[in-house]
Amino acid sequence: MIEIDNLTKIYGDTHAVDAVTMRAETGSITVIVGTSGSGKTTLLRMINRLEEPTSGEVRINGEPTHVEKPHLLRRRIGYAIQGHGLFPHHTVARNIAAVPLLLGWKKQKIRDRVDELLSLFSMEPAAFRDRYPAELSGGQQQRVGVARALASRPELLLMDEPFGALDPIIRAQAQDDLRRIQQRLGSTIMLVTHDMEEAIRLGDKVAVMDGGRLVQHAAPAEIIAAPATDFVRDMVGDVERPLRLLSLIPLVELIEDGPADGDALPADASLRDALSACLWTGRSAVPVTREGIVVGRVTFEAIRNRAELHA
Amino acid sequence: MNVGLILRPLLVLLLLALVLRPEWFTPIFAPLAPPGAPTIYARSSLLSLSLSHLGLVAAATFAATIVAVSLAIFVTRPAGAAFKPLSRTIANMGQTFPPVAVLALAVPALGFGSGPTLVALFLYGLLPIFENSVTALTTLPPATMDAARGIGLNRWQRLLRVELPLAFPVMLTGIRLSVVIALGTATIGSTVAARTLGEVIIAGLLTNNTAFVLQGGLIVGLFAVLIYDALIQLETFLARRTGA
Ligand SMILES: Nc1ncnc2c1ncn2[C@@H]1O[C@H](COP(=O)(O)OP(=O)(O)OP(=O)(O)O)[C@@H](O)[C@H]1O
Ligand SMILES: [Mg+2]
Repeated sequence: MIEIDNLTKIYGDTHAVDAVTMRAETGSITVIVGTSGSGKTTLLRMINRLEEPTSGEVRINGEPTHVEKPHLLRRRIGYAIQGHGLFPHHTVARNIAAVPLLLGWKKQKIRDRVDELLSLFSMEPAAFRDRYPAELSGGQQQRVGVARALASRPELLLMDEPFGALDPIIRAQAQDDLRRIQQRLGSTIMLVTHDMEEAIRLGDKVAVMDGGRLVQHAAPAEIIAAPATDFVRDMVGDVERPLRLLSLIPLVELIEDGPADGDALPADASLRDALSACLWTGRSAVPVTREGIVVGRVTFEAIRNRAELHA
Repeated sequence: MNVGLILRPLLVLLLLALVLRPEWFTPIFAPLAPPGAPTIYARSSLLSLSLSHLGLVAAATFAATIVAVSLAIFVTRPAGAAFKPLSRTIANMGQTFPPVAVLALAVPALGFGSGPTLVALFLYGLLPIFENSVTALTTLPPATMDAARGIGLNRWQRLLRVELPLAFPVMLTGIRLSVVIALGTATIGSTVAARTLGEVIIAGLLTNNTAFVLQGGLIVGLFAVLIYDALIQLETFLARRTGA
C-alpha cells in the first residue's frame, strides 16, 4: 500500500504540489490525471525521491521512504519516464536489463526476461534485441522504456505518460497489455496521463489534479457519474459522459432471459459495445454468451434505462 | 568519401616512403639543396625521429587528457561547480602563453631535452580537452540522465556507465585538437634538444637547405593530417553508435 501524506512541493512561489493526501492499494492501478502543469509529474517524482518534498511524506507498506538511500529505494520502484529516456549507447536488450543488471541477476535469467518483455509488447525479440534506441520508432522507444521499468518485476511501478507517443490503435493495445501484465503480476501502478479517456480505461482509481491540488480521488464510474468540481466535469466532457459510463459496465449486470438475433457478445463486453451493436445493426437486443454458450440477452431498452439512471 | 578512399592510402604510402626510404626522393629534392650539400637528412634516422616525436605527443596528450577530464568531471559535480570559472581561466592562460616562452622558462628547471617540450605540449593540450569535456558533460540528454537516476544508479555508476560513455565522442574532438596542436608544437622542441622532427627543419633553416625543411615539414604535416582524419573517423563511428 502506498500512502501519500500531506505531500507538498514548492518551487519559488509556485505550489507545484499542494498538500496531496491519498492512498493506493497494493495491486491496484491509480491514474493521476490533470492538465499540463497541474503537478502530476512532480507528485510522481516525489514518490521515488527524484524530487524531495518540501513537506509531507510517502510511505510504502507503512515504511517512510525518506529513511532509505534514494538509489536503493529507486531500484525497488519501476520508473517509466515522460519521453522514455533510454540510454542511447546501449542496445534495447541492455536498456531493458538495466535494473536486473544492477540487482545482479544471472545472465540467462536476464536474457529470458528481456525476450519475454519484448514479446509482451509485440516486438519480435530477435529483430529488436540488438538494436540501438536511435534505430526504433518513437512508439517502440516508449514501449522499451516501459519494458525497462517492468524488468525487475518491481512491487511499485511509476509511469509518466508512458503511452503519449503511441497512435490510438497501438495505444489501446499497450493499455490492454499493461492491464494484463499488471493483473498477472499483481503490481501496484501509479500512472500519469493528461487523457481522461486513458484514466478511465486503465484506472482502478482515478486521481484528478488541478493546480497542484488533488480535487477528486475515486473509482472511474464515480468520477463520471459524480464529478466533484466543474474542472473534473470539464475533464470528463459532458457530451461523452453517458458513453464513457456505459463503457465501464459489463453486460453481466443487465443480462436477462429472452430471444435475440444476430452476432453475440461475450458477457464481459461493455454496455457501450452492446449499444454500438444495436445501433449498427438496427437490433433492439443482442445475445450474450459466456464461454461460447448463449446465456441470455441485453436489450437496447435496458441500456437506455441504465444510462438515464446516471444522467 | 570516394576521394578519401583513394587519397588516404596514397598519403599513408607517401608518408611511409618519406620516413623509411628517404633516398627515393633524392631526384625530387636535389634541386632544392645548396650545391655540394646533402639532399637527404642523414644525421639521424627519420624513423627514430618520427617515433620520438610521436612518443612525446602521445605522452603529453595522454597526461593532458587524464588531468583535463578529471578536472572537467570535478567541476561538473555539484561540489566542484564553484571552481568552474577559475579552472577555465587557468586553462585559458595555459593556452595564451607562447610555446617558446614555456620552453625557455622550463629549461632552467628541467634542463635541455624532452622535459621542457613535454611540459609545453601538456599545457597546450589541456584547454581543448577541458573545454570539450565540460561542454559534453553539461549537455547530456536530460531525459537520459533522469532515467539513470530513476532506475537507481548511484553517482559513480551514473558517471561511469552513462555520462562518460555519452560524453566520449565530444571529448575525443578535444583530444583530436590537442594532438594536432602538439604535433606542430613539438617541432620547436628541438630548439631545446628534444629529439623531434623539428631537428630536420631547423638543420635545414640553419644551413639554408630547403630540401631538409621540406622533408621535415612534409612528414610532420602528413602525420597531422592522417592522425586528424583517423580520429574523425573514430568520432563519427562512436557518435553513430550513440545515436547522435
Ligand atoms: N524544477 C522545477 N523548478 C521550478 N518549477 C518547476 C520545476 N518542475 C516543475 N515546476 C513547476 O511545477 C508545476 C507542475 O509541474 P509538473 O511537471 O509536475 O506538471 P505536469 O502536471 O506533469 O505537466 P505536464 O502534463 O505538462 O507534464 C509547473 O507549474 C511547473 O512549471
Ligand atoms: Mg509531466
